[in-house]
Amino acid sequence: MSGKAVTAAGRDLCSCHVCNLVSRWQPSAGPAYCPRCGATLHMRKPGSVARCWALLIAAYILYVPANLLVIMETGSFISYRKDTIVSGVVHLWQTGSWMIAVIVFIASVIIPLLKLISLTLLLVSVQRRSRWRPKQRTRLYRMVELVGRWSMLDIYVVTLLAALVQLGSMATVKAGPGAVAFGAVVVLTMLAAMQFDPRLIWDPFQNEEIND
Amino acid sequence: MTDVSSTPESSEIPDAVSEPRRRFSVQLVWIIPIVAALIGLSIAVKSFMDRGQTITITFKTGEGLEAGKTKIKYKDVQIGEVKELAISSDRSHVVVTAEVSRDAWGLLVKDTRFWVVRARISGGNVTGLGTLLGGSYIGVDAGSSPEEEDSFTGLEAPPAVSMDVPGRQFVLHAADIGSLDAASPVFYRRMQVGQVISTELDPAGTGVTVRIFIRAPFDQYVKPSTTFWHASGIDLSLSASGVKLNTESMVSILLGGISFQTPEGLLKVAQAPLQAAFPLFATRDEATKHAEMVAPFVLVFRESVRGLAVGAQVDLRGVTVGEVTKIDVALDPQRTEFSVPVQVQFYPERLSTQLRNQALQGGPRPFRELLDTLVAHGFRAEIKSGSLLTGQLYIGLDFVAKAPPARIDWSSDPPRFPTVPGSMEQLQKSLMRIAKKIENLPLQELAGDAGKTIRSLEASLKSADQLLKGMDAKLVPEARAVLTEARQSLEDLRKTLAEARNTLGGANEVLSSEAPVQMDLRETLREVSRAAQSLRVLGDYLEQHPESLIRGKREDRK
Repeated sequence: MSGKAVTAAGRDLCSCHVCNLVSRWQPSAGPAYCPRCGATLHMRKPGSVARCWALLIAAYILYVPANLLVIMETGSFISYRKDTIVSGVVHLWQTGSWMIAVIVFIASVIIPLLKLISLTLLLVSVQRRSRWRPKQRTRLYRMVELVGRWSMLDIYVVTLLAALVQLGSMATVKAGPGAVAFGAVVVLTMLAAMQFDPRLIWDPFQNEEIND
Repeated sequence: MTDVSSTPESSEIPDAVSEPRRRFSVQLVWIIPIVAALIGLSIAVKSFMDRGQTITITFKTGEGLEAGKTKIKYKDVQIGEVKELAISSDRSHVVVTAEVSRDAWGLLVKDTRFWVVRARISGGNVTGLGTLLGGSYIGVDAGSSPEEEDSFTGLEAPPAVSMDVPGRQFVLHAADIGSLDAASPVFYRRMQVGQVISTELDPAGTGVTVRIFIRAPFDQYVKPSTTFWHASGIDLSLSASGVKLNTESMVSILLGGISFQTPEGLLKVAQAPLQAAFPLFATRDEATKHAEMVAPFVLVFRESVRGLAVGAQVDLRGVTVGEVTKIDVALDPQRTEFSVPVQVQFYPERLSTQLRNQALQGGPRPFRELLDTLVAHGFRAEIKSGSLLTGQLYIGLDFVAKAPPARIDWSSDPPRFPTVPGSMEQLQKSLMRIAKKIENLPLQELAGDAGKTIRSLEASLKSADQLLKGMDAKLVPEARAVLTEARQSLEDLRKTLAEARNTLGGANEVLSSEAPVQMDLRETLREVSRAAQSLRVLGDYLEQHPESLIRGKREDRK
């Protein structure tokens, strides 16, 4: 594709988030309402970068206890185990369930980490108004958004087991504090991804030729 | 700004309604990372506060222990967890690194004991069955020392008694362990009142030390004069009153145990001190024999004590007042001479009942004074021979006339009692003389003669034997036949005799003077004699007148 990049923002046009009415508005003139439905108009998602940073930092902080704290306590009348995510993976690996171990490891450790790193990369590049590979970055963003919910797999398993396996002294499964932290990490990264406005990736290219 | 407004569509786009600028001083979204940070911080602080004290415990084996899994439990409540298992640098034991939670730090003092709780059967009970399913754990018995400690040596077996049970420990010394083991029961009047805590060999290897624990309030019955004995086994005695079977409980028959008893009269005496040591006797009888005051002494002899055995009597005019407990040999370096220290035990109560009463009241004081007085008057110990045949020796106590002055050395341990050389040496000399005489006897020749005699005797015996055998083979059957015949003949003879007796009876009747036959016979005989007379007359006539036979009788010529 080639040609001059023309954006709505570049022409002082703004679409209402609620009723999608396009109206003429110069952000420099101050805040404005949609002439049809009265919603506040935003040229981009308001405070996108800042909110995304806030959520992302919170996710980073909680990622530590999510991996260090016990995520699931399983007790039966012969044994009692407390598992963190990593010890669970190790246990699965040692007991021969390699596939499941790999899946759990990827879904619960790698993906959240990659998500955090990806979002950080996007935010940093946007803040620096980087012009580096905008298409790939957009694709990365879409993947982050898409893959986000799958990290909740662990939480689903733990909550399902905790709800189902309650056989008194025979066997109990309890969710540990790590599960809460882990769930918070997943939710926070999802929210952060939602807060991120991918249009910001392209803003540095306004009024320029795009040749890739 | 741009030429966008000139495009045709732009006229249809409405203008936004503008509004006065609002000020967003703080974005609320930043609360989220702050909260997250607070949570993270609180978790960090909590985990820092909760972090356990790391301790190391050494065990001989890591059996049943697993890093990250084995718990440490105090009174069955988890207080920590094993973090790491390692082999010690000299590979002799296992070093367990464990983390103990903060609230249990108070337990980590010097005398706290750790052991691995496994299923085990000992002392008549089964413990730790739960560990078969749930895995072993490390048990803790809290110590009371104020000194903190973080490296411990684990016990190989659970302590028999935990430290919070009231009671006291005592030490028993025995010659052998019998069937005792840790956790063997201790009985008082057949009531189980305590347990054996540990059994160990004395460092010198001369005996065993048994530590026992007696629960309160039973520990008050242990007095200085209490005797302990092995309660294991069955005491079967047969007497005129029948068979008597004496045992403790079944448990002690199977597993061994210890019983103790205090003499009746001594129950009011003050308790034995903590950790007091007592001898442990093999049987109840032996224990009751020793249930008296014992005074150890050492007697140093310079002569041979061959024949003196441990257990030999100490005798006072025929009454046993003690026994030998140990015989040593010591080299006197100055005199380059060997001496034989013989350790004995006196039962001074046997010396007199008066002394016993004094001992009950005043301790060893009067006993000492009495002995000192006796020794001053020549009371000495000497080795005496109990039996010339067996060479058994015993120790005799008596007053020795003209004994060199001596006194009891109370300062040595045990006190040294003065001795006099015994009559053994003279005895030995005379024995030697007898032996020499025996040696001088021409035993060789005598033996040779005796040998010859014996040989010829043997030959004679052999021939006699043969003879007898021959007789046996030949004569016996004949003899038997003869005997049978003889028996028959005898039978016949008996019959004949009976008949003869009958006949004789008849004859008797016939021959008696009043019998008619006799009378007739006599008459007949008279007739016969008259006939003979007339026959003689006839004869004479015929001689003179032979012609008369033919002519007949002639008339007388008148």
